[in-house]
Amino acid sequence: MQQLSYFELVGFGPNGWGWALLTAAGMTIAVALCGFLAGSIVGTLVAWGKIGGNLVIRSLADGYTTVLRGIPDLLVIYLFYFGGSAALGAIGSLFGADGFIGVPAFATGAMAIGIVSGAYQAEVFRGAYQVVNRGEIEAARSVGMHRWLMFRRIIAPQVLRYAIPGLGNTWQLVLKESALISVTGLVELLRQSHIAAGSTRRPFDFYLTAAVLYLLITWVSTYLFQRAESHSLRGMRRAS
Amino acid sequence: MDFAFMRDAFLTLIGGVPLTLNLAFMSVGLGAVLALLLALMRISGVRVLDWPAQAYVFVFRGTPLLVQIFLIYYGLGQFRPALQEWGLWAFFREPYWCAVFALTLNTAAYASEIMRGGLQSVPYNQVEAARACGMSGFLLFRRVVFPIALRQALPAYGSELILMVKATSLASIITMMEVTGLAAKLISQTFRAVEVFIVAGLIYLILNFIITRIIMAIEWWLSPHLRRPPAVEPRLEAAHV
Repeated sequence: MQQLSYFELVGFGPNGWGWALLTAAGMTIAVALCGFLAGSIVGTLVAWGKIGGNLVIRSLADGYTTVLRGIPDLLVIYLFYFGGSAALGAIGSLFGADGFIGVPAFATGAMAIGIVSGAYQAEVFRGAYQVVNRGEIEAARSVGMHRWLMFRRIIAPQVLRYAIPGLGNTWQLVLKESALISVTGLVELLRQSHIAAGSTRRPFDFYLTAAVLYLLITWVSTYLFQRAESHSLRGMRRAS
Repeated sequence: MDFAFMRDAFLTLIGGVPLTLNLAFMSVGLGAVLALLLALMRISGVRVLDWPAQAYVFVFRGTPLLVQIFLIYYGLGQFRPALQEWGLWAFFREPYWCAVFALTLNTAAYASEIMRGGLQSVPYNQVEAARACGMSGFLLFRRVVFPIALRQALPAYGSELILMVKATSLASIITMMEVTGLAAKLISQTFRAVEVFIVAGLIYLILNFIITRIIMAIEWWLSPHLRRPPAVEPRLEAAHV
């Protein structure tokens, strides 16, 4: 058998894995994005608990961020992957179904990423909230805004503005964490490269391609976050 | 919740702690050397040195660690004949060395930025003062710049160490039986994900807690100038002068 050249291998020809890799890269972005959005909901709630909760809620929120940032992400993924199907199995057996029920790998992955990145995002949101000028909140109160209206009009826009750099960092973490989802069998970029490497016996070529695609995604998202940051600061007076 | 099972699981998983710590300290130690080199290349102001270091940091911080591990462990297998010829195959055949190698390369990229920050934060007065005393070159670096930079970089380096302890869990994917590897094995044997997760998580939390405390102690030890001086009893005879 004739050895295929690198570009035939990862190209879009009949023997190429190009489309498969691109689809898988799309899957990486999709699972990372879903996890990131789930994480921002979790993060908002946890940050709210840290800022405004009573002693019990505050210590629960503190415990959550400490634990989730202190243990490896891979463990959390294993928990959701194995624990999720065990829980579903238990629920299923209540309704008469028996045997192993697999949780969809995409949902597992997005949930695990959401839970982990929620802990990081909570800290980002809390830090950003503390930068918001107290006077603005008092002013909003004094013109009679209710909590929800004040949150929507005054707090959320400003917190988001200050949180953009931190959110950018978290997004990069999430993107790299999404590679770990490959252990659950979700065909994202790393998993697809693993499959391709196995069937062509050219592991180096495929993992290198995967690395390049990850770099590309990182690079583009860094650019987008920079754009978002400068856009959000367009109304601010600069120190320099 | 089955506490007898959790106790057994704890005793099983604790057996992975030496390997976890071994991987973490080995790679952070080797990575520090590489990181210092990269940081010096970055701040050297010489373009041919700066650019490769910048590219290195960009590549290793922009790709997932798992991809780097796979690239080294599985990927280099593609060049087996060449590696055998150079006598490197014995190194890259072992998952332990591949894991150490990948973790070292990865942490060096992050740590070099931390060290660069530390080196750049050294006040220039200090360098001027040292030059006025006649120090230069390596002596200046060893006696003045490096100790101050180390002190500045220590908190960030501490979090990098914690990140590395967490990152060693990825070595379990290439068959290393450290804490996460043992946990995954135990889960697939017993299907008790929640209990095993709690025990493994607890082990990592304890490890990280201890490491944080040690780093804090070193920080305290290295910053006597920031501490309040010990209270001195006022001398009574001073009143008579």
